[in-house]
Amino acid sequence: MPRIVGVDIPNNKAINISLLYIHGIGPFIAKKILKELGIESNVHAGKLTEDEVSKIAQIIDRDYLVEGQLRRQVSQNIARLRDIGCYRGIRHRKGLPVRGQQTQCNARTRKGKRKTVAGKKGVKEMRG
Amino acid sequence: MSRSLKKGPFVEDSLLQKVLKQRQTGVKDPIKTWSRRSTIVPEFVGYTFMVHNGKMFHKVFVSEEMVGHKLGEFSITRTFRGHSGNKAAGA
Repeated sequence: MPRIVGVDIPNNKAINISLLYIHGIGPFIAKKILKELGIESNVHAGKLTEDEVSKIAQIIDRDYLVEGQLRRQVSQNIARLRDIGCYRGIRHRKGLPVRGQQTQCNARTRKGKRKTVAGKKGVKEMRG
Repeated sequence: MSRSLKKGPFVEDSLLQKVLKQRQTGVKDPIKTWSRRSTIVPEFVGYTFMVHNGKMFHKVFVSEEMVGHKLGEFSITRTFRGHSGNKAAGA
């Protein structure tokens, strides 16, 4: 199994697919890299020569932000929004959707699991 | 280049004039403004704005990192008063 940029070990799938296991490389970039090197995209990753693998690694190193570096940049961008106290930053702080989605219902990805509140609606009415 | 980039950042003209005037005279008073739609340009850094949110003016001190955002992003328009049944949040 070839190793490309650090810990990533794409398995014995076609090379254009196994490159997707690298955080920051999507189908578009994978295709672009292979085109630049003239490697067939349906060759299995295990069948690549050492030379080809190192060339792929070189291109990724040179042109793209991947893995840890990319993750760090993303979280830095979010931290910046939080710091300056703009609307998007506030939404990040509160763990609510950032891009204007509705929150009356749904938005569960950002809000997490439903938190049932005791004493809301039904419970109150029974007491009264 | 997208069309919106070609047009350049939008800043309310009257607001920009006010800032430039303050830069010339060297005073740094808060500038009251309703122009939430104005982009923060590098000239604004270090000045304080009072940005209207529909009801009152929020004090916004512009730092370098805020360049490129709009003034309105820093003056929230909604008040969240907690959910029903959540007594800890108060009225």
